Amino acid sequence: MNYKTGLVKDVKWVNEKDHICLLTVSGDFAGDAGQFYLLRAWEEEPFLSRPISIHDREDDLIRFLFQVKGRGTALLSQLKEGDPIRLLGPLGNGFPVKETYRNVAVIGGGIGTAPLYYLLKECKRKNVRADYYAGFKTEPYLWEQYEKVAESALIATESGAFGKKGFVTEILPQEKDYDAVYLCGPEIMMKNVAAVFSDSVPVYVSMEKRMACGIGACIGCTIKTVNGYQRVCKDGPVFLREDVIFDA
Amino acid sequence: MHKGLEVNLCGVTLKNPVIGASGTFGYGKEYEELYDISVMGAICSKGLTLHKKEGNSGIRTYETKGGLLNSVGLQNPGVDAFIETELDRMLSYDTVTIVNLGGGSLEEYLMGLEKLNKTKVPLIELNISCPNVKSGGMAFGIKSEVAYEVVKEAKKVSKKPLIVKLSPNAEDIVDMALSCEKAGADALSLVNTFKGMAIDIQKRKPIFDNVTAGFSGPAIKPIALRMVYEVKKAVSVPVVGIGGIVSAEDAIEFIMAGAEAVEIGSGNFMNPLLGKEIVENLEKWMNENGVSSLREIRGII
Repeated sequence: MNYKTGLVKDVKWVNEKDHICLLTVSGDFAGDAGQFYLLRAWEEEPFLSRPISIHDREDDLIRFLFQVKGRGTALLSQLKEGDPIRLLGPLGNGFPVKETYRNVAVIGGGIGTAPLYYLLKECKRKNVRADYYAGFKTEPYLWEQYEKVAESALIATESGAFGKKGFVTEILPQEKDYDAVYLCGPEIMMKNVAAVFSDSVPVYVSMEKRMACGIGACIGCTIKTVNGYQRVCKDGPVFLREDVIFDA
Repeated sequence: MHKGLEVNLCGVTLKNPVIGASGTFGYGKEYEELYDISVMGAICSKGLTLHKKEGNSGIRTYETKGGLLNSVGLQNPGVDAFIETELDRMLSYDTVTIVNLGGGSLEEYLMGLEKLNKTKVPLIELNISCPNVKSGGMAFGIKSEVAYEVVKEAKKVSKKPLIVKLSPNAEDIVDMALSCEKAGADALSLVNTFKGMAIDIQKRKPIFDNVTAGFSGPAIKPIALRMVYEVKKAVSVPVVGIGGIVSAEDAIEFIMAGAEAVEIGSGNFMNPLLGKEIVENLEKWMNENGVSSLREIRGII
């Protein structure tokens, strides 16, 4: 874990209607799929930095795909090439991709698909076949890019404009055996999708919570689990579905 | 490190006046991954209670302009588990360990203190902002006479110096400080968080399950500074200043208002290297301003 400054290489809108932004930062930033950074491109306001998952990284750059929701993400979306930005991380545990896995399912909903691109790349690198299933309201984000690294890719949209009309649960295979399943999306979606898979399959869910320190010190980002309250930033963000007591 | 930064707090020497505040500095190890925390004057443990506490449900942290509301609810493993799993490592750092102790009843405070008596902890910070089960959840730190009783009994039991951490929600902060001093407090630290709240207007519900939460951050600094100033004018025991400190300049203000030392709280979330940077910048400020010891500026206002 480090707290250091990188330079903004590029900021672009991926989907203006849903306020989805792709930020590329130059610099050597470590991290595994499912881990995240706290981002800060301002001094005292907003008070806290913003936790954003790793969307992609290479030796000399790191990318974050995020939805503009409030003051912090709005400021991040307004950055220009060459602007300095401070990154604290990599934080959290990330998605475990075991070399012994042969077939896995990677399933996302909305902006929850952000960390899954780097996960799909990691699966490919480890020769793990990863089928990608994603659900969106009206249209997907960076679909071609995801399609390229996934073994197969299926999409559902609530509007029916792309792929099958409906929720992501409707495009999941009925009888395919997976060695593991990875989920990131709204809690209700993860809860419903997790229920589709038998108890014998490890299902990893990536959780989200309002966060302050990001390093496990303040115990402010806890979720309910069968082992009591656990910190999303340090014990997670990735948990086994049987451990999580979903709010949704 | 500059000798003039040294502080004597209840007979314990701190190499500088910068302390990582309880609840924001974990058990030290979280920040140890980022910088050498032995640069700190002292570090305070997360608030402990006799028994393990699960903490509060729902949202626990909520950013506001100039600060942060929190409703963690003292989640902690309990004093025994802390002593077993965290304390030795904390004591091994080349800085002073302060253990922050809370309680839901007088008995809990006293039993916690008895356990800490048997350890090598040099200093205890007594958190009297905890809800008192007997008085319907009103914190021990609101009414001076309630706080007086707790501190008096705690002093009878504790073999370690007690820094009593005051709540700014006290009915009268100066009267509270005087009562705690009279009860035997070796030092006072102030302020803990202000009672605040926030509402989700779309859901038409409070943000926090507990409705109210503790407010901290730069927004409270002027009030905290005023309270430290007024308290230090009234008491003779050392005062540790806390409240919205995010720079060496802020820390110097508290010292000029009479603080022996300062605690850095939610500022650690704004800048995870803040503790270290404040120590460095304090030293720099002293050199630039020809101040050879903090004693020269302490309480000059």
